[in-house]
Amino acid sequence: MITFEGVTKRYPGGTVALDDVSLECPTGRITVFVGTSGGGKTTALRTINRMVEPTSGRVLIDGEDVREKRPAELRRGIGYVIQHAGLFPHRTIEDNIATVPYLLGWNKKKARERALELMERVGLDRTMAKRYPFQLSGGQQQRVGVARALAADPPVMLMDEPFSAVDPVVRAELQDEFLRLQDELHKTIVFVTHDIDEAIKLGDKIAVFQTGGKLVQVDSPEDLLAHPADDFVAGFIGQNRGIRTLSFATTSGLRLSDDAVRPGSAAAADAAGLDWVLVVDDERRPLGWTRPAGVEGTLAEARLDPVGATFRVGADSVRVALDAAVLSPAGLAVGVDGDGAVVGTAAGTDLLAVPTHGSSGPEDDG
Amino acid sequence: MDIDWAWIGDHRDTLTEHALIHLRLALLPVVFGLLISLPLGVLCRRWGWLYPPTLTIANVLYAIPSLALFMIFIQYTGLTASTVMIPLTLYSLSVLVPNVVDGLASVSEPVRQAATAMGFGPLRRLLRVELPIAVPIVIAGTRVAAVSSISLVAVGQLIGQGGLGYDIIRGYQLQFQTQIVAATVLIVLLALITDALLVTLQRVLTPWARARGRAA
Repeated sequence: MITFEGVTKRYPGGTVALDDVSLECPTGRITVFVGTSGGGKTTALRTINRMVEPTSGRVLIDGEDVREKRPAELRRGIGYVIQHAGLFPHRTIEDNIATVPYLLGWNKKKARERALELMERVGLDRTMAKRYPFQLSGGQQQRVGVARALAADPPVMLMDEPFSAVDPVVRAELQDEFLRLQDELHKTIVFVTHDIDEAIKLGDKIAVFQTGGKLVQVDSPEDLLAHPADDFVAGFIGQNRGIRTLSFATTSGLRLSDDAVRPGSAAAADAAGLDWVLVVDDERRPLGWTRPAGVEGTLAEARLDPVGATFRVGADSVRVALDAAVLSPAGLAVGVDGDGAVVGTAAGTDLLAVPTHGSSGPEDDG
Repeated sequence: MDIDWAWIGDHRDTLTEHALIHLRLALLPVVFGLLISLPLGVLCRRWGWLYPPTLTIANVLYAIPSLALFMIFIQYTGLTASTVMIPLTLYSLSVLVPNVVDGLASVSEPVRQAATAMGFGPLRRLLRVELPIAVPIVIAGTRVAAVSSISLVAVGQLIGQGGLGYDIIRGYQLQFQTQIVAATVLIVLLALITDALLVTLQRVLTPWARARGRAA
């Protein structure tokens, strides 16, 4: 666990970057520092590995004051990932990843073996080992950055806007893989971002910083969305926090209807009473939507509209299901199981009837 | 212009000897210049206020005519090679110091921070990260310094230490064009070869920079 005890950072000019911050970042969890620029979130992160020394207060890792170790020694035990990866341009990918093992005096063979193992872990092809950073895309460089931070298997990882400089598609990919990785590794992670969506997606716990280095709220993503502490937090979370709350509602208890689901071999006339029908194949995989009215013969002969987005029952949130419903021509979200077979459909209004963790009170601070 | 090819053939050994002396007189100062510029550049980079006065001094030194510097050092080092090499060393600083500083400045902030956060101490970071990344720019400066030094050495013949400069002055005194042309061509050749070797050295030392050039 990382503990901040009344940490204040005041610069000689009088600027206060951190104002009496007290906070706990639980072991094995992702704590996200989020806030406006100038809010002190990066400063707070850097007090952990002593790249910033607090004016007063102290930072402890598992009860031990970080000032008890020499900075270089402390830092070799803490993974660090930054925005533009900060890879060493003059070192190959494997040597970049093996940086900390080399500093710790591992022999070259063992360090490189570890690097190759990590490349696989973060989804990089082993053939890239001998390349130089400039030969990789931004997303690949960021993966190397993550692998480098993991190389000596540090229990603590600090991540300073690691995914901000890549395009949205790659960012979502990196976030998903990061969560998958964390599921296996259970590191104690402090993650800085200015993107509230990223904070909600990744954080087990979110700490909101306000300009002037004040910590205004520390909560789980659900509670943060449901009960913002003040106008600043509510404003920072943005307009869509109602919809965002649905991200935490599970689709596992959802009642799905089978009424509109028909195999392609069924006669169109049998479904004539329905506005829309979801046509499925022999394994119940969705083929497309169609209006049965006026169609001769079987449904398979009808003109099909694409199914579009589906949601995985149990695995995806209500927000994903609602998105699928809105985008579906029939206004119905298609729920599928792990094999992609249709479980049933749900209308948008059914989805909103699901109780969400955050909808307990009518309070609205905005 | 008549070239006496037979004379060149007869004097191949002397010309070679003069060329080697020439090279030594020209390149040792560049090596010394690098040995001075590297720590000086590192200090200028660390304490920014040091850089403007250092650069001014280096440039003022460069503005002093070589002849004047020879006259100054001749009092201390006499008619020796040192009297030629000390001014050339000082001249090289005006190119090499800014190149070392620029080279170190070419290390991006994220790279510097990452190095610190990985647990490099200041000295190790300088030797393993910052200086290696500065190499392409330092070598670029070294090429300029080496080539200009090779052409400047000839002046050293004024105090009897000029390498191929001897053949230029001797040829002038005897009104013998062949000797002047042969020495001049050799000096240009030495400069070209040295430059080519430095380019090769840079490619070998910094494959990452060569590849970057290709990709850009």
